[in-house]
Order: sequence, then C-alpha cells, then structure tokens
Amino acid sequence: MKNIHGIGVSNGIAIGKSYLYVFKDAHINVNKKDSLVYEEKKRILEKAIKKTEAEIKILYEKTKKRSKKEAEIFQAHLLFLKDPVTIEEIKKLIEQGFSIIASVSKTFEEKADVMEKMENTYFKERAKDIRDVSERLIRSILHKPKPSLSSLPFPAIVVARDLTPSDTASLDRNNVLGFITEVGGKTSHTAILAEALGIPAVMGAEGIVDMVKDNNVLILDEKDGQVIIEPDEDTLKNYKEKIKEIEKEKKELEKIKYLDAVTKEGKRIEISANIGKTEDADIAVKEGAEGVGLFRTEFLFLGRVTPPTEEEQFEAYKTVLEKFKGKSVVIRTLDIGGDKQIPYLNLDKELNPFLGVRAIRICLRRKELFKVQLRSILRASAYGKVRIMYPMIAVKEEIEQANEILEQVKQELIETNIPFDKNIEVGIMVEIPSSALNATELIDYVDFFSIGTNDLTQYTFAIDRTNQNLNYLYKPLHPAMLRLIKMTIDASHKKGKRTGMCGELAGDPEAIPKLVEMGIDELSMSPSKIPEAKKIIRNL
Amino acid sequence: MKKEFVIQNKVGLHARPAALIVQTANKFKSDITVEKDGEKVNAKSILGILSLGVEKGARIVIETKGEDGKKAMYEFEGLIEDKFGEE
Repeated sequence: MKNIHGIGVSNGIAIGKSYLYVFKDAHINVNKKDSLVYEEKKRILEKAIKKTEAEIKILYEKTKKRSKKEAEIFQAHLLFLKDPVTIEEIKKLIEQGFSIIASVSKTFEEKADVMEKMENTYFKERAKDIRDVSERLIRSILHKPKPSLSSLPFPAIVVARDLTPSDTASLDRNNVLGFITEVGGKTSHTAILAEALGIPAVMGAEGIVDMVKDNNVLILDEKDGQVIIEPDEDTLKNYKEKIKEIEKEKKELEKIKYLDAVTKEGKRIEISANIGKTEDADIAVKEGAEGVGLFRTEFLFLGRVTPPTEEEQFEAYKTVLEKFKGKSVVIRTLDIGGDKQIPYLNLDKELNPFLGVRAIRICLRRKELFKVQLRSILRASAYGKVRIMYPMIAVKEEIEQANEILEQVKQELIETNIPFDKNIEVGIMVEIPSSALNATELIDYVDFFSIGTNDLTQYTFAIDRTNQNLNYLYKPLHPAMLRLIKMTIDASHKKGKRTGMCGELAGDPEAIPKLVEMGIDELSMSPSKIPEAKKIIRNL
Repeated sequence: MKKEFVIQNKVGLHARPAALIVQTANKFKSDITVEKDGEKVNAKSILGILSLGVEKGARIVIETKGEDGKKAMYEFEGLIEDKFGEE
C-alpha cells in the first residue's frame, strides 16, 4: 500500500483499476538519411497526411457534439497539417535524402520552436498544438496509431502525465472512473472535464506515473487529494463503505431536491439560492432552488475602472429573472465597503471599514450611482418577480431616504412609459443589532426582512469577522443571536409579513431545525447546500 | 496591390483569425503574402501567419499578386474591419 497526494478536483471517491495512458516518444534522429526513392517517400507522406486528416476530422466531429468551442482547435490542427508551405518544406528535405520522419519532425519542430519562444502566452500555447499534429502524422507514417482513450478495456482510473483536449476528445465516458495526472491544477483541462463528467480527479500527483502499473487497484479520494495504490483489505473495505454512503445520500437527495421543503407538521419553508453572478443562476435551478434569496450585485461593480452602465446591469438582472421564470428573485442593492473596495468610487479611507461608510450608507450619499442601479432593477422587474433589498439598514430614516429615491426613479419611468412591476416589494437586510432590536418599528416601512447572519454576528459580538484571532467569538448560534433572530421573525409575523435568512447560518445543517422552530419563512444558501437543506426540513 | 492594416481584434491573429485568412486566401489564384516588421509569409500558410505573432494593435501589410488580387484584397478588408466577426 502506497500513498500519494495531489490536488483533489470535482467530487467523490473512485475505486478502480489503473489504466496508464503513458507512451514514450519514439526517438527520432532528425538527421537520418535513407536511400528510398523520392517519389515513393512522397507517396507515403501524402497517404499519411490523408490518414491523419481523417483522424483529426473524427476528433473534431466527436468534440463538436459536446462543445463547438472546444472543437475549434481541431480545425486549426487540420490547417496545421495541410499547411502548403510546411508540406513543401518537408518535401524539400525528403528530396535532399532525409528520411520522411526526420523531415516531418524537423520541419514541425522548427515551427513549434518559433511559437514557443513568443512572449504572448496564447501564441506560446500553440507550440503544443503543432507538436501534437506532428506526432500524429509521424505515428501515422509509422503505422503506430496514438494510444487512445476511446475504448478503455475495463472501467478504469486513467493515470497520465497530462491530458490534452486531443487526448480526451474521444474519451470512453462510460468506463472512466477518475483521472490522476502529474501536472495541472484546479483550472486545467482535465479538472474541468472531471467536473463536467462528475467524476473525481487528483491533479499534480507528482511521481504517480512511475509508481503505478497497469491494473493496479487504486483508491482516489478527492476530498483530501489522496491516491492510495494497492490498498490493504481494511482500507479497501473502509472506502467501499464510504462510497456506499455517498451513493445512498446522493440518490436520496436527487429524489427530493425538486420537491418542496415541508416539515411533517406541514409547514413549508421556501429554499432559495444565494448567487453572486448571472451564471450561478443555472446551477441554482439545477440544485432545486425555488428562487433567489440573495442576488449579490457587487460582481457587476468589481474589477473594472468605471461603474457598470444601466444597460449592463439591466441585462444581468433580466438574465437571472428569465432563468427563474416568475419565481422570486431578491436583488440586494450595492453592498460595497467593509472588506470589498471599489477604487473608482474614490471613497475616503476608513479607520474601521466595517463600521464606516459602506453599503446603503454609500448609496444614500452617491445618489446617482444608486439611481442607476434602482432604474435597472425596476426595468428588469418587467421580466419576472423581483424584490429589492437594502443592505446595512440601521434606522428607519435610511429606509425612508432609500424609498424616496426609489419613488423618484419610479416616477421617471412612468413619465417615459417604461414598464416595470408597480407592486415591487422592498425589504431590508437585518444585519445590525439596532434593526433587529427595533424590528417592530421597521417592519412598517418594508414588505419583508432577510437576516444576514454573517454581519449580524460580527456586529453583535463586536468582532471583525475577518480577524482569525477572534474566531472563538464568531458564534451565530449563541443565545444572544437567537434572541435577535427571534425578535425579527416575530415582528414580521405580527404584521403578516415574512422573514428570510440569507447568511451562512441558513445553510448550516445544525442550525436549520432551530431556525424552522423559530418560525423562519425562507432560507437562502449557496446552491450546493440546497438538496441537503430540503432533506433536513422534510425530516423535521 | 498592397495595403496596410491595423489588427483590432482582442487577441490579434490567433488560430481562428489566422485560419480565416488562410481560408480566404485559398479562394484566390493570386499569390498573397502577409508581412509584419519586414517578415513576409505566405497567406495560405497558417503556421506562417501564426509565426508572425501578430497581437492587437499591430500593423500588417497584405500584398496580392495576380488576376484576382483586387477581389481578394476587398475580402481581406472586410474580414479585418469586421474584426474577424469576433466582437
């Protein structure tokens, strides 16, 4: 039994036999001459080019079925192969008496070398493609086709130094259990493929190729990036149990993730998703989200030099709304400051950023910025069910001011005949103790509450939540917190309104029963936590 | 005929635009070359074009020699102006 560690990718555990996808390059002497007749060598070359062309075309067609974009590289490969200037150069060398393989190898290698020396990484990368084509052509001349992953002899864990798109294009998807490679990380081609196939992989397992032989029994555990080679009986049994559990769990969750989260007593909790960019919406829908409880809009504002335009924002909001087809999407207005900074807003440096001008406090000072966002949200509201949520509300005056601006924007839209949802709901994040303590008053100014437990914990215990030394005070389930949460829920229920929760606590399996007991109406969490949360609630 | 262009698409003449140049050039009988910083390559050779390493903002000269040279140039103009249909 041996062990090797790398970076775990995708998820799960795989147990299976190894299939080594490693081959040594034939040693090529680029100066080799032979005495074959030129015409004969030319004929062999042309035939090999045709054969290689057919091979690449098959790869192209196979890949295209999956992804048009991924397939494009093979069109480039075809052009590389049939490049008339390159073919002329090869033929010239052949005519001078060099062997066909020497001529092919020398010509392509020269081109690859030029590309590799370029500074621009994009061009540099193409050297790999040139070598790939050259190798394919040489193998075709030698009648030694490139080993293929297209039909694995048994369900196998593929072990390789590295895998390129050309290696995996014809992958036998039914028989691959996992990948282990010596190079690469979380963003490598193999990692992305593993995610897409939903199978585990370990990348960067240095030395694995020399440690493993074909048909070795391997255990691949994504969680700690571990590969166990030829495990002993106990270990094997252990992991088999683990897999069984995971499978059982998965099946169970698969069954219930699109069902409603209803307790045995018949109380229904709405389970929605926290999303941070438009693409997350697809994942959320797939995991069974019944809406979006928190759409963070900061992604639109970060990593750029000017604020996003109304059009850009509108498009982003509309995209998400359309994906949720009429289900509620809570859009939180800009929550910047604290640990998130935007240089182009030129905000004053804060001595205590978490206690400074942030979130709604910025928006009420930068009315133009706020108006553009509200306008785009309102315009998008014509395409689905939007709810607006203001972050970091401490006192009722802030809600009044924000609502006043919202009214102005609505008026402008009415005057210019631009459609929007006239009954749009407005709520606030309850994440400052003052607003929880005063929830009975605040509820008259809003349609709903959503408790942000991350900040509420930070402000309740007076700890900077990014300060690791204070972890011991980060206690979202402390009685002090539970009281604030309860006050908020009760205040809303008294007025027939609802309270949701969108902090990390909302997706915490330990907290969910407690929250449901306290009367929470909606829980919003990162999409991957949704199936589990539904299961917990359905068992309550 | 000869004409100078400034390449405006994001990543310059990478594989896809280079392929489009080759495909366009192949439609014509004329000898067509692409030149950058005094280095001249056959426009029908994708590896030649890539070897120029043309990035965004670079100037290239396209030259066409032959009966259908004018028509070919007209197509190249469209292709480059359209940023190879990229954005």
